[in-house]
Parts: sequence; structure tokens; C-alpha cells
Amino acid sequence: MAADPRRQVGSAVLVATFAALAIAAISPLLGGSGMDYGRLWRGESPDWEIFVNLRVPRTVLAFLAGAALSVAGALYQAVLREALATPSSLGVTSAAALGAVAAIALGSGEETGFPLVWAAALAGSGVVIALVAALGRVKRFTAFTLLLTGIALSGICTAIILLLHSLAGITRSFQIAHWLMGGIDAVEYPVLGWLAGAIALGTWWSIRQARVLNVLMLGEAWAAGRGVDCRRVTWQGFAVGALLVGSVTAVTGPIGFVGLIVPHLLRRILGPDYRLLIPVCWLGGGAFLVVCDTISRSVLAPVEIPVGVTTALLGGPFFVWLLWSR
Amino acid sequence: MTRLVLDGLQFAYPGGKSVLHGISAVADSPAVIGIVGPNGAGKSTLLDLIAGQRIPRAGQCTLGGQAIHQMPRDALCRQIAHVPQLVPADVPLTVEEVILTGRLPYGRGLFEQEEDHAAMEQAILRTRLTAFRGRPFGALSGGEKQRVLLAAAVCQGAPIVLLDEPSAHLDPENEAAMWELFRELQQSGHLVIVVTHHLGLAAQHCDRIWLLEQGRLAADAVPCDALEPARLERVFRVPFHWHQSAEGRVFLTYGR
Repeated sequence: MAADPRRQVGSAVLVATFAALAIAAISPLLGGSGMDYGRLWRGESPDWEIFVNLRVPRTVLAFLAGAALSVAGALYQAVLREALATPSSLGVTSAAALGAVAAIALGSGEETGFPLVWAAALAGSGVVIALVAALGRVKRFTAFTLLLTGIALSGICTAIILLLHSLAGITRSFQIAHWLMGGIDAVEYPVLGWLAGAIALGTWWSIRQARVLNVLMLGEAWAAGRGVDCRRVTWQGFAVGALLVGSVTAVTGPIGFVGLIVPHLLRRILGPDYRLLIPVCWLGGGAFLVVCDTISRSVLAPVEIPVGVTTALLGGPFFVWLLWSR
Repeated sequence: MTRLVLDGLQFAYPGGKSVLHGISAVADSPAVIGIVGPNGAGKSTLLDLIAGQRIPRAGQCTLGGQAIHQMPRDALCRQIAHVPQLVPADVPLTVEEVILTGRLPYGRGLFEQEEDHAAMEQAILRTRLTAFRGRPFGALSGGEKQRVLLAAAVCQGAPIVLLDEPSAHLDPENEAAMWELFRELQQSGHLVIVVTHHLGLAAQHCDRIWLLEQGRLAADAVPCDALEPARLERVFRVPFHWHQSAEGRVFLTYGR
């Protein structure tokens, strides 16, 4: 924030944009099944169709999901002033997963895709928001209380998911297990459009609040003395994070770790200023998940590794190294 | 001149017993006012009510005739800068960045404006923090941190500055410097209201003392009247004595 923050933010975002674009442009060209680049260049079947209908939407989905999960992580860590606050630890991922699993387990079987599962996942995360809002009306809550409540909610949701899973028939049980593994699959462009809209809304709000999030680093009492309605910002931040995570989880299933490691990694490199951190988290998180997805579908092709496994195996050791090396 | 009026302020925490019982007082700028009293007397709660961070159960606190808890937050923070007792020790910002947080009530745009940076430069000069401006806030000593927070309050440009035990963890040198700063602010037209346990320093530096006893205003007077030994002994349950040095300076001691 100190020396010419406009220039600092501008140059970091520019560099991150070029890097993210480069990664997003290369990723669809790579993959387990070999692609004839000549036929692709000439727009000939089947390479062109594979590229346009499978590889590109998959890369876009990976990018959007990584961007949303990273921004949500940074947002939760800011409003709760808690390094361990993530979509997973706050129960939002589990609640969205519960909604989706309930839709799969109780649905007719033909309706297990978009938009029913998406609506159910969003409803799941919406229930978390409503619950937190209701608790907030009854009693003044602290960020710490919110975090503990989230951990408890996460446990409850996981238990109900296991119950639904165990009661479901073999086909449904397989569908649930597959969905719970989380993963990036090619989806139709209209779905990507909806997802991009929801993520743009959440990211726009987060960037607009960046200066307030900076002031919150000094604690609620200090922020309140600078005109911040801390309770409102916390509640709104929680809701925006739930929108981001719920939208992504609905399409991809639960993907852990991104919301924890990407914001912390970038905070270590770029510093704590949320005006810089949120846009770079969006770009960096997106690029990170695109890389992880490319690795997931390439290294053991034709077998695909769940992307959550790659995020943990790739990002985890690097994150630990970074933490201990400073 | 800024006039702050406390009119029959009452407050109770939800589900708890009453903390303040009808506090009435008037404060005009420029002045340094010390709020003193035993632990649990309601000093910090009173400061929170003046800062608009709590809503009174009855009565009101007004600024220029307007009820403080009904003022828009940003407008209120342009009038009152509140420095709380505690901020996290490990804030990952630099001194300049912390000081600039004082400009948030002037606009929520992504970047501070030129006038915000000008206000920061002034605040750094007034609080003599030039040598510290680029340092990490978390690496400063307790006294230095307090100065930075005071600089942020100055940067906020509010005519009223509220401080909750600002010298609680300071050594004598930093403590004396802090009280000198309060005096400088008073001389530049501010109304400074300080919650403190240091009765001697309050007697020495304040223009007026609000002595709280179990949520009631036991005295609202100039220091030598408000801190009268018999009253202090009743409030604090320990004997107090005024002394005068050979140079004519008066000071307060307590204990049997």
C-alpha cells in the first residue's frame, strides 16, 4: 500500500494476466490422448471438435473454479482474520456438497446434472448463510465463533452425506462417490456462462471491499473506529464466499486446498494488500487449477487423477517449503 | 468549537447487569479530558458510547446537537477518531499503511487520494514518526505502536480523539511523550478524551477529569477538585495523598 500502490497493483496484475493467459492458452493443447495439431490448425475433425467442445470448456472451467476458490479463501481469511479460514473449514463446501448429494440421492436419476445439482448445491451453501444470519440476529457473533460454527456445520454435513451415501442404491452410490471426488469435466458453454457470471459478481464485490479488508487486519475495534460496519462486512463476505464456493462446487464437486494455499502463497510473495491480493488470487488461482487439471489428465492417461489429489500433492509440499523457508 | 454532550447515558450489556447509570456531562474543545475510575467502573464502555460503537439503553450522546449513534458511520468517524485499547500485535502492514487506514471515512475507493497522502505526511510529522514510516508495524515496540495508532487518529482529521488506556504498556519516556502529544493536539484545537489508570499523569496533563464510580459520574471537575483524596479513597478504597515538591510541582501518591 505504501509506495505508489496504483503502479504496484497495475504491474502485478499485468504480469499475472499474461502468465495466466499463457497457461490457459497452452493447457487445451496438452493432454493424454495425442492431438494432431495440423488437423486442429485446419479445423478438421475430430481434433477441432475435441479442442472446442472438450479441451477449451474444461480449461475455462478449471480456471473459473480455481479463481473462485482462491478469492473465496482470501475473502474468508480477511473477514474472519483467521489464517485457517477456508471454504472447507467454514462448512460452505460441505453444505454445498450435501445439497448436491441430496439431489443425486433423492432425485429421479435423470436429473442429476445441471441445473438440479447446481441449484441444490447453491441451496446447501445458502442454508449455511441463512443459518449464520439467523445466529447473528439472535446473538452478537465474533469471527472466531463463526469459524467454530463452520467447523461444526462441516462435521454435521459430512455425517449426513455419509448417511445418504450408505442408504443410496448401487448406481446412486457410485454417482455420489464420483461426484464427491471432485473433478474438472467438460461442461456446456451456457453452464460456463452462468458460472462466470456468479464468479464475476463475487470477485467484483471482493475487489470493491479490498481497502476495508486491509483495515480489518487491525481488528474489529480499529476498523469500527474508521467507519467500518464489521458485522455487516463479515456477513456479506461470508455470503459472497458462499456464492463463489457454492457455484463452483455445484459444477465440479468439492475441490479442497486451493482456497488455502493460493492466497497464502501469494500473500507471502506479494504482501498482505487485498487490493493486489484479490485480483492476483483470481488470476493465480485460476492458472494453478488449470495446471493441476492438465497434470491430472496427462500423467496417467488414459486414467485421470482427481484434481483435488493433484492440488494437494503439487501445492502442499511447495506450501510447506515456503512456510518453513522464511 | 466542538461540543460533546452526554445526556443521561445508560447502558447494559445483553443479558448482563447495568454498566452505566445516567452519565451526564459536557465537553468543549479544545481540552484534554481524563476518564478515570476503578476497574469495571464503565470507562471503556463510556468511551465506546461516545465513539458510537454501542447504542445507549437510555439517554444519548450528541455532537453538535446530533445523536451520535444515529449519525452515518463515515460522517461520525470524520468527527471522532477512536483508538481502542488493543489491536493485533502481528499486523502485517507498514507504519505508513497503518496511518493511512485513518483515511477510510473519506472514501472507499480502491486507492487513497492525494489529500489522503498529504494528511498522512502531516500526521507523521506531528507524531515525529519520520524515521519509522517504512518499518513493519508488527516489529515496533509497544510505545512506537501507540504512536503510530495516534498518528492514524491524527491522519483521520477528526476534531475529537478518544483513547482507551493508550499508555498502558509504555515506559516513562514514551508515556511522557504520549501526554505531550495530547497537549499538542489540545493546543491545535482538538478535544482529547483519554481513559487512564495513571491518576498522577491525568492530574498533571488533563484540563478536566471525569471520575467514574460503579457506572456513575462521581466527579466532573478540574483535576485538583475531582481527584480530592477523600473522594479517591472512597472510590478506589485506598488512601491517596497530594504532595508538593521543593520546585512547587504537585503529585499524587496512593497506598497505606
